[in-house]
Parts: sequence; structure tokens; C-alpha cells
Amino acid sequence: MNYNFKFKALAPYTSEIIDGVILTLQLSAVTMLLGLAIGLAVAIASISPKSALRRPARIYVEAIRNTPLIVQLFIVFFGLPTLGIKLGANSAALIALSINLGAYSSEILRAGFESIRPSQIEAGRSLGLTAAQTFRHVVLFPAIKSIYPALASQFVLLMLTTSIVSSIGATELFGQAAFIDSRTYRSFEVYALITLSYLFLTLAFRSLFSAIYWLVFVRRSRA
Amino acid sequence: MSLVELTDIHKSFGSVEVLKGISMTMEQGEIVAIIGRSGSGKSTLLRCINGLESVQSGRIQVAGIEATKPGADLNALRQRAGMVFQSYNLFPHLSVERNVMLALRLVQKMSVDEARELAHAMVAKVGLAEKLAAYPDELSGGQQQRVAIARSLAMQPTLMLFDEITSALDPELVGEVLKVLEGVAREGMTMMLVTHEMNFAKNVADRVIFMHEGRIHEDGPARETLLEPRTEELRSFLSAVLH
Amino acid sequence: MIREFSLNDLVFMLEALRWTVGLAIIATIGGGALGIIVAVLRVVAFKPANWLAIGYINLVQGTPLLGQLFVFFFGLPLFGIQVDAWVAASLSLSIYASAFFGEIWRGSLQSVSQRQWEAGAALGLNYWQRLTHVVLPQALRISIAPTVGFLVQLVKNTSLAALIGFIELTRASQIITAATFAPLPVYTTAAALYFIICFSLSQFSQRLERRFHVTR
Ligand SMILES: Nc1ncnc2c1ncn2[C@@H]1O[C@H](COP(=O)(O)OP(=O)(O)OP(=O)(O)O)[C@@H](O)[C@H]1O
Ligand SMILES: [Mg+2]
Repeated sequence: MNYNFKFKALAPYTSEIIDGVILTLQLSAVTMLLGLAIGLAVAIASISPKSALRRPARIYVEAIRNTPLIVQLFIVFFGLPTLGIKLGANSAALIALSINLGAYSSEILRAGFESIRPSQIEAGRSLGLTAAQTFRHVVLFPAIKSIYPALASQFVLLMLTTSIVSSIGATELFGQAAFIDSRTYRSFEVYALITLSYLFLTLAFRSLFSAIYWLVFVRRSRA
Repeated sequence: MSLVELTDIHKSFGSVEVLKGISMTMEQGEIVAIIGRSGSGKSTLLRCINGLESVQSGRIQVAGIEATKPGADLNALRQRAGMVFQSYNLFPHLSVERNVMLALRLVQKMSVDEARELAHAMVAKVGLAEKLAAYPDELSGGQQQRVAIARSLAMQPTLMLFDEITSALDPELVGEVLKVLEGVAREGMTMMLVTHEMNFAKNVADRVIFMHEGRIHEDGPARETLLEPRTEELRSFLSAVLH
Repeated sequence: MIREFSLNDLVFMLEALRWTVGLAIIATIGGGALGIIVAVLRVVAFKPANWLAIGYINLVQGTPLLGQLFVFFFGLPLFGIQVDAWVAASLSLSIYASAFFGEIWRGSLQSVSQRQWEAGAALGLNYWQRLTHVVLPQALRISIAPTVGFLVQLVKNTSLAALIGFIELTRASQIITAATFAPLPVYTTAAALYFIICFSLSQFSQRLERRFHVTR
């Protein structure tokens, strides 16, 4: 192999990379919030006794989970304009990602609801806790604790998945890679560097999330 | 040479010493009941004898095999010393018949026909001939435990180790398993059993060993030891389990 | 020249779907073979092997599949290996799958209780016999449903190969869209085709789950 790796050629693009990282993080964070909101509504609908609510929820979840994100993204970005709904790349990305995450997070949240056992609520009330105290300490806190790990890994997965929206020209981290590639013709170096940047983000977030878990759930229960 | 010889066994888990110098011997044909409080080291002792746990120091000899020698043939030892566990541990993916046949085929290299014949005989002996094709999850706890006994007996061991084999059972199922054990005892099998069934120990065992805090605290003929304990510890243990 | 989205286009999409399926199969086989190695390295009683496997899994699961795809697509030629898009796609999807298979199978292996190993030992079975006759048959049953479940992910992720120019279903849809300017019907059709495959696999996986949930 006599290829000359020139990672130095990428140095002038540091600010693009930083912009990309920031947009990736913003996109991930806002998507997480929107996705969780959708997921919560869908989860509530899917455990409802009314099949008029349950059925559409089920269809939504199955439709999203059994089709690729990139096709969903293309439908939003290329398909909707033909119906008169025009969206910029970044907003189309946000919408498609949120709809996608909504389906996955609704399943996590549903599992959280199902982890709540009525006998626990009775036990809380019989110990003399008020309804509000019971809800907070016996229902909400354990439920959040039980779904926290799944939500944390869903966030990391989401952050990695946002790279796909570069395909419609969004300018998050992976989109910046395409831009830098077009300027430097150092494809391998660019993509290797950007891919490893995601690894760095992943490890950082995993550490952050386990630190939060420890602070909120482990330390507290020891005290 | 006795069938089982333990000399000054020490066993620790991490920094906790669980067996603090156990020495004993056991002869062919003897039935020894081991009793003692929870955590006194009874299971650990049995597991050491069967080579499932390694010891820090001391010597273990079972049926002519030195378990504590480096490179000891533990699989050979385990063929001579069968073991039945509290939690049955049948293989859930195999039918009753196949559970019993597995080791006969793999370890004793029997032909399918030989193994099947022996398996049928053993399962019949524990009264479950009609359950040969059933899977473990289709059996009650008592039935599973009887199959586990049959599986072990089929290996024709010189010695059988039983670790609280009735403790996980509903009270009404204990009797059927003890009856099987009595039958095995009558046939002259050498047995070492950890049990909380004091009546069974009194009536079936020749000898009782009372373990206390990792040591053998009393060791003597079954009836005498249980009816006239020599130490305060055994007395208080017995009054706790009998009431 | 703009034309209508026609039956011919659908035929073209169905032909491309074969490559979607083909890519998924290649990645299943390649990823499966590699995944066994990953699972074994992950469980053997040799710390450096465990670390190697953990590092590999973290690297694959901690970076975007799209990034891996591009790195192989642009990286292999630098080693003098001229690759078509399908080679790069097969390789990176196999590696991606191997990390997930490795974890699924390790989990299944370790979810067989320690007592089953002991029960085998107490009958005099040697290590290999305990593994092959007692533990593996149980682990295999446990792993079937999650393995099939992961295949859904894999089928969906073959769509990323479109971005390096491999003509599977998604790329074919892009091509037809460019000619017809009918993105909505084209991509909806693509979604429907993916759905048929993935939903069948999901249902199959759930059936297996229920079937093997009983311990036997
Ligand atoms: N694998 C292990 N790791 C750490 N500690 C252990 C392990 N196995 C047993 N112990 C500890 O060793 C001590 C003795 O355990 P053992 O199971 O031998 O007691 P036992 O007399 O059989 O009690 P029980 O009647 O409850 O079955 C206990 O304190 C137990 O916590
Ligand atoms: Mg015990």
C-alpha cells in the first residue's frame, strides 16, 4: 500500500465539523423530546381499552418499525412537497426522525407502564402514603428507573441514526463529511475521522447516562 | 481405605471462610445425614466432595480418587459419586427418558438400546414409568425430583449425594420423594444427605453429622445424636427445627 | 422526459428487491460466522479475548452503519482492493451484523443457568459434552426469536447501501423517482415492499418467541 494518508488536509474544516457536531446534538435532543411526546401519546393509546385508539396506534408502530428510516425520510422530504407541503432538509429530517422514534419509544414506555404493579400501589397506600406520594415514589420513580437504560441506549442509537439524514442534504455531522469530501477529495480520511467522531460522542453519552443513572437511582436508594 | 476421606478441608469464598477444617471418613454402605443451620456450609461440603468447588487446603479422597490432586479426573469421580440438587436441574430440552439416557450414552458409552433399557428400569423404580415421554415442565416438582434421582442412580454410582432434595417441594410432595429415598437406602446404597427432615434422618440414617459455623460440631449414631444431643448448639438447633 | 410511474417500474423495483434480500442473506451468513467468533471470544475464560470482543462490539455499535459503509467503500481501494458497491456493502453489513449476533448469542449462552452446567458435571459429562448436549441446545432455542428479530433490522439497513450506489430497492426507487417525478407513489411502494418482508419476519419471530418461551 503506497497511499499517503493526509488527515492534515482536513484541518481547515474544523469549524465545519464542530458545526456538524452541534447540529447532530441539537437534532438528536429535539428529536428525543418530540419522539418521546409522540411515543407517550401512542403508548397511552396502545394500552387503552378502546380499540378505536389501540388499532391506529398498533398500525403506526408496525408501519414505522417495519420500514427503513431512509424511505420514511424520502417520503417526507420528496413526497410531501407533491402534496404542497414543502420542507427544508433539516425540518424534514426532524419530522421523519421524530415520527420514527415515536414508534420505538412508545414500545419502551409501554413496557414502563406494564412494569407498574397494582399490588405495589396498594402496598404504598396501606403504608399511609398519600395518593401523590404513592404516585411519585411507588409508580413514577420505579417506572422511570426501569425504562431509563432502554431510553438511554435509544438516544445513542438515535444520534448514530441521524447520520442518515445527510442523504437529503441536512448539514449535521455526516452531511459535513460529504461537504468536506467534495472540497478535499480525501474521502477515506474524511469518513474515517467523522465515523470515529461518532464513536467519541457515543462513549461520552454512555458515560454521561450511566453517571446520571448512578446519581439519580443508585446513590439515592443507598442514602 | 474408606470410601470417603476428608482431611482438614478449608474452603473460602473470597475472604469468607465457609469450611474451617473438616475431617471425616465414611464407609461403604453407610447412610449419613448432615444437618445444621442455614449457611453452616452443608451444601458447600457436598459440592467439594463432588468436585464442583475447589478447596484452599486439605485432602479429599472419594472412591479411590484424590479430588484434591492437581489434574484429578473429576469426571471419573463424579461418575462414582452421583449428586441430586435441591432445584432438580433436569435438562428442560430433553424428555424424561432422554434426561436419564444422556450420560449413559455419552459417559458410559452405552448403546441406545442398553441405555434405554436401563433408563426405563430406573424411571420405573421411582414410579414414573408412564412419564417417560414427558418433558420436565410437564411434571410436578416431586416428579421432577424423582426423575433426577433416577438419572443419578442410572449411572450406578458407588455413593450418592443429596442436597436438601425436598426443600423446594410443596409439603404434600415431600412424602413421595422420601419414599423413593428410603427405597434406595434399603438397596444398600451409600448415601450422604443434607436434610431438614429430622424424622427421616432419625429413621433412615445410620449416622448424623451436625455442622455449625463451618465445622463438624457433633458426629454420631443417628438416633442417639438426635435424641440426646451432647452440645448446646445442637440442642437449640433441634428445638428450633422441631417446633 | 418525464413519464408515469408504471408497471415496468414496479417490475424494476421487484428485481431490485432481490438484491435487498440477497444483501441481507449475505450479511446474515457472513455476520453469523463472524458473530459466532465474537460470541466465543466474549465468553472464553481469557481476559484479553474478552476485551478484544468488547472493543469490537463497541466500535461497531458505537459508530453509524452509514459511516462504516463509507469507510469500507473508500478505504478498501486504498489497500489495492478494487471494490464494487456490493462488496463494500456486504462486508460492512456483515461486520455490523456480527456485533449484534455476537451479543445476542452471548446473552443466550449466558442465560442458560449455571446449574445446568453443574447438573451436567455431576453426571460426569466433560466440558465439551456439557456444552454441546446440555447448554447449546437450550441457548439455541432462546436465541432463535431475537436472531430473527434482528434480521428485520438487517433488511431495513440494507437500504443504506443505496447511498454508496448499490442498486437495491431504495436505490431503484431513487432512480425511478428521478425519471417519473412521482416520489410519493414510488417511495410508498418501496415502503410497502419492505413492510411485507419485515412484518413477516417480525411476526415469525414473535411466533417463535411464544413457541420457545416454554423452557423446552
Ligand atoms: N458461590 C458462593 N460465593 C460466595 N459465597 C458463597 C457461595 N456459596 C455459598 N456461599 C456462602 O457460604 C456459606 C455456606 O453456604 P452453604 O450453601 O454451604 O450453606 P448451607 O449450610 O448449605 O445452607 P442452606 O441450609 O441455606 O442451604 C454461606 O454463608 C453462603 O453465603
Ligand atoms: Mg444448602
